[in-house]
Amino acid sequence: MFAACADPKTIEGLTWLSCYLTSGKHLDFYWSFVTVLLLLAVTAPAALAMGFLGASAARSRLLPVSIMGKGYAAVVRGVPDIVFFLFFVIALDQGIEYLKSLAVCADHTWPWQGLEFRVCPEAKVPLGASSAFWHKAYGFGLAVFTFAIVFGAFAANVLYGAMNAVPKAQLETAEAYGMSHGQVFRRILVPQMWVYALPGLSNLWMILIKATPLLFLLGVKDIVYYARELGGSKTQAYEYPHPDWRLWYFLGLLVFYLIFTKVSELVLARLSARLNRGQATAGGEALRKAGS
Amino acid sequence: MKTLLLATALVALSGAAFAQDVVRLGTEGAYPPFNFINDAGEVAGFEREVGDELCKRAALTCEWVTNEWDSIIPNLQSGNYDVIIAGMSITDERDEVIDFSQNYFPPAASAFVGLSADADLKGTVAAQVSTIQAGYVAESGATLLEFATPDETIAAVRNGEAAAVFADKDFLAPIVAESNGELMFVGEEVQLGGGVGLGIRESDTELKDKLNAGIQSMKDDGSLNALIEKYFGPETKKF
Amino acid sequence: MSCWETVQAYAFRSIGFGENLLPKSDFTLCQQVTLIGSGLIWNIYFGVLALALGFFLAVGVALAKSSPRALVRKPAEWFVFVFRGSPLFIQFFLAYETLQLLPKAGVNVLGITVETAWTTRAWAGALFVLFLNTSAYAAEIFHGALKSIPKGDLEAAEAFGITGWQKFRRIQWPTMLRLGWPSYTNEAIFLFHATTLVFFSGFPAFRQMGDALYYANYFADKTFNPFVPYPIVAVYFICLTLIVTVIFAAVNRRLNRHLPSNVRSRIRLRPQFIR
Repeated sequence: MFAACADPKTIEGLTWLSCYLTSGKHLDFYWSFVTVLLLLAVTAPAALAMGFLGASAARSRLLPVSIMGKGYAAVVRGVPDIVFFLFFVIALDQGIEYLKSLAVCADHTWPWQGLEFRVCPEAKVPLGASSAFWHKAYGFGLAVFTFAIVFGAFAANVLYGAMNAVPKAQLETAEAYGMSHGQVFRRILVPQMWVYALPGLSNLWMILIKATPLLFLLGVKDIVYYARELGGSKTQAYEYPHPDWRLWYFLGLLVFYLIFTKVSELVLARLSARLNRGQATAGGEALRKAGS
Repeated sequence: MKTLLLATALVALSGAAFAQDVVRLGTEGAYPPFNFINDAGEVAGFEREVGDELCKRAALTCEWVTNEWDSIIPNLQSGNYDVIIAGMSITDERDEVIDFSQNYFPPAASAFVGLSADADLKGTVAAQVSTIQAGYVAESGATLLEFATPDETIAAVRNGEAAAVFADKDFLAPIVAESNGELMFVGEEVQLGGGVGLGIRESDTELKDKLNAGIQSMKDDGSLNALIEKYFGPETKKF
Repeated sequence: MSCWETVQAYAFRSIGFGENLLPKSDFTLCQQVTLIGSGLIWNIYFGVLALALGFFLAVGVALAKSSPRALVRKPAEWFVFVFRGSPLFIQFFLAYETLQLLPKAGVNVLGITVETAWTTRAWAGALFVLFLNTSAYAAEIFHGALKSIPKGDLEAAEAFGITGWQKFRRIQWPTMLRLGWPSYTNEAIFLFHATTLVFFSGFPAFRQMGDALYYANYFADKTFNPFVPYPIVAVYFICLTLIVTVIFAAVNRRLNRHLPSNVRSRIRLRPQFIR
């Protein structure tokens, strides 16, 4: 980065530190914060959408749809996310390539030979010759999809509970006014359910934030991976040798996560206040008394 | 963003014309001096140089990929990269599911490191989980204490959780050398595994032949020994 | 070795009984199912104890957090904030780093030497972290539930002259549990899942005694095939989750038993798709 950093073994003190903290690997570390935030920003709506689909399906009057919705929530919720990540992504990747091979390969031999999975080179996703960027983007996409499936199941459960928590009298009143089933769902149920869903969803959001270290299992290098990498003791084989500094890196991460949580809490509290307004609950009553 | 990405992107672009020749090399990036991520964020170490040289000799366009150790073989078989070059010892178990090239690093010694010369090697011994060393300790009758990363095994010896750590000697040597006499080798060295080789899918015989020829030529002209000496010091066993 | 012999040798391997060495060859389905199932003992141990102990701390913290007095409220808020705000594995790491600082020879308390070696073992250290962690999450859930109590209920109670402890005991407490229960069920499930992290990124495994994921990892490493051991863990956990859900649903039914059937909050699994 700086000219002074050309030979790190000869420098000391603050110069050394500033060189150390701006090494290429540290820049990657700082970038990984962006990766994590980006992943959260993409995953949260995706998981919410999955959850919404799941919950609506579970409420469906058609038995097969309702079974699918409930089955999805029950099965995926049952598996620890870490176990899911350890095999699901490889399976997903192979599944995608198998489907693609049906379309593009001339030769349709069964690709699973023993433990080996082999499709023609044209069916690789992304193609073997694609740039590293596409490989990374594909890995990122798989990670988002997997996260959305896992957390969508939990969101489905929360939303399903919230839909049931909306007072039945309101739904019946709406029906009495001649609204159709869809209208009741869109105009009464969905706008009302959020206040009941919010505590569960905010818990889920907190859990999602803290599930990001698992990204490493999916091949996405996140902040925890780098903290562990950078903090581990470094011998003279490295440009910047140092003893085991994981404690400092982890304390740094702790601060990051706490700040992130705090910001999330502030936003969620505002949202909660907004949703509680006019609701006939203790929270709504407190707001009314406070005059807000 | 960084030179590595740019460089690999350029390599990939130029390689697009003859797509078949792009070979993806999978490594762990956490096992110095075999392979590690250097301070510039690139794959570096002994295997980086061996891999690049092999690709040059076999006229292949190569690209480096890092993958977590636990799933490094399943991802090879799934086709996410074509070669494992990650300090992987040739063992019978592994040879049953993948193929190995000839070794490019002689059978390595494993060693115990403790705080004093009389550390109890039948007491609590730390090792990294799912390594051949962990299996060896379990069979030796000592109390095995398994950690997720090699760093933690060293830390466990320093803080007294374990009497000794058992790992590859080449990994331990620089740590012992730089500990100012705090850590020392204890007991006898043990030979485990059949040297380090490249892992290749069993169906990729053509690639295996190319790489084998490359390793042989590096052994013949002494360039491999020079690299071993550069990274592991003059006392290491060579070919 | 027949399957029955395998079960005899390995069913309690995770807690130190049976065969000393893990399987070295074959890696039959029977071996994998037995050993991984044996590891599940640890997951259940961590989950059940942390939940049982954590419930009481959680209720206390939730009440403290709703207190009008800052002296009571602030510590509770910080406790919840720190434990909900950081990933479990950082908590494991920091706890382990702190616990191993305790002198190895034991601490001298009033002339009695107290052993400290056990604190860095997973069964104690990890359980302690999980206990605090789940308390914080559950406290937040119960705190949210306290705030969602219908104001009509509280006003009605006051109108009947029910105040103070009586009001809490008869109105707030049951309503808090009823409203918080579905989320608490989720938290319980999450906690059981979180127990898989203990040996994965937290505490060292002692004498190859680990949880379900530890053994699954062992087999995946030996067979190089992740598609057998991990789904076995998954199936075990689906069963475990079902059991947890059934138990929590039974409690939920009890909490909701006074309500007309159409306003009960339901978390129960429909049995149709299990049959």
